[in-house]
Amino acid sequence: MSRQDVLVSADWAEENLDAANTVFVEVDEDTTAYEGGHIPGAVKLDWKTELQDPVRRDFVDKAGFEQLLSSKGISNDDTVILYGGNNNWFAAYAYWYFKLYGHQAVKLLDGGRKKWELDGRKLDTEVPQREKTQYSAQEQDTSIRAFRDEVVNAIGTKNLVDVRSPDEFSGKLLAPAHLPQEQAQRGGHIPSALNVPWSKAANEDGTFKSDDELRALYSEQGLDSSRPTIAYCRIGERSSHTWFALHELLGEQDVKNYDGSWTEYGSLIGVPIETGSGS
Amino acid sequence: MCSAPEQTAELPAGTDLSKESVLVGKVTSGGSPVSGAYVRLLDGTGEFTAEVVSSASGDYRFFARPGTWTVRALSRSGNGQTEVSVGGPGLFTNQVEVAS
Repeated sequence: MSRQDVLVSADWAEENLDAANTVFVEVDEDTTAYEGGHIPGAVKLDWKTELQDPVRRDFVDKAGFEQLLSSKGISNDDTVILYGGNNNWFAAYAYWYFKLYGHQAVKLLDGGRKKWELDGRKLDTEVPQREKTQYSAQEQDTSIRAFRDEVVNAIGTKNLVDVRSPDEFSGKLLAPAHLPQEQAQRGGHIPSALNVPWSKAANEDGTFKSDDELRALYSEQGLDSSRPTIAYCRIGERSSHTWFALHELLGEQDVKNYDGSWTEYGSLIGVPIETGSGS
Repeated sequence: MCSAPEQTAELPAGTDLSKESVLVGKVTSGGSPVSGAYVRLLDGTGEFTAEVVSSASGDYRFFARPGTWTVRALSRSGNGQTEVSVGGPGLFTNQVEVAS
């Protein structure tokens, strides 16, 4: 796997907006961003209302994913180019989610919406009409998805990478600094977790750092490449960004995203929690 | 809940300025508000903490703890930043002028 297999540049994207079997998909929580202007021809996905089950705390099931992609006009043989706001958090989350359901031809637009906008590239408000398809998904590939028991068992044995900000890691904050602080969980982190904020993997314009910079970053922070790794954050989107950096860019073999993340772990009864800045 | 809530000059209901430190202000270029700027909150060591997009009126808002912060704005009209020293709870208002 090389960088070109998983990432496309804004220049490439601009030249390939009309390429055959290529679908641009914007993924945001705030879909008004899409409506205010999106990459020409892109369809939108709402990470919360379309990718999450409306009742249970879980993803839509295989049949639901098939129905969703069919309705968006995405075929099994299409290459899906994902991008979004928040430095591609939700696009990276959707990338991981597409892989989870077996869609292999998926790539991220490096820098996402931010770089596209800062470059002054064209945005469009026209919503494309794509013909419905018959999309067929695979069973979930749980080799890239971690669940809570596995996370508890990983304490002290696997690499646990907490990608939240240092203040969330230490327990001073329960959410990123631009959000109101919710009080449903206890603050802190999973014992033995390293704190490598997702932002260290990104440049200011939202693009990913180079492979060499990424390798140096995780090695300096103490990630042991000989062990499996589980990444987590608060709700699993920032850790998708780090999962992408470790698994897709650096080619680390056994890397899972724990989408339950702190909102689940920090609410569990009886599990160990560590506070402070860690060792 | 992890994406940026709409940035407005008004604080969300339930914000308690006797307990919370809130950084607000406008991104401006030649004194005029800049909407759609990427506003980054960096901590005292220059490390990224959070990012929001400025509203139609150029406003940004962060919740932060006491300390020294840099509010840095990236926009098509250029970039700019300002330092904010937060000594305790309250509202901290600072304009960020961008220039290329």
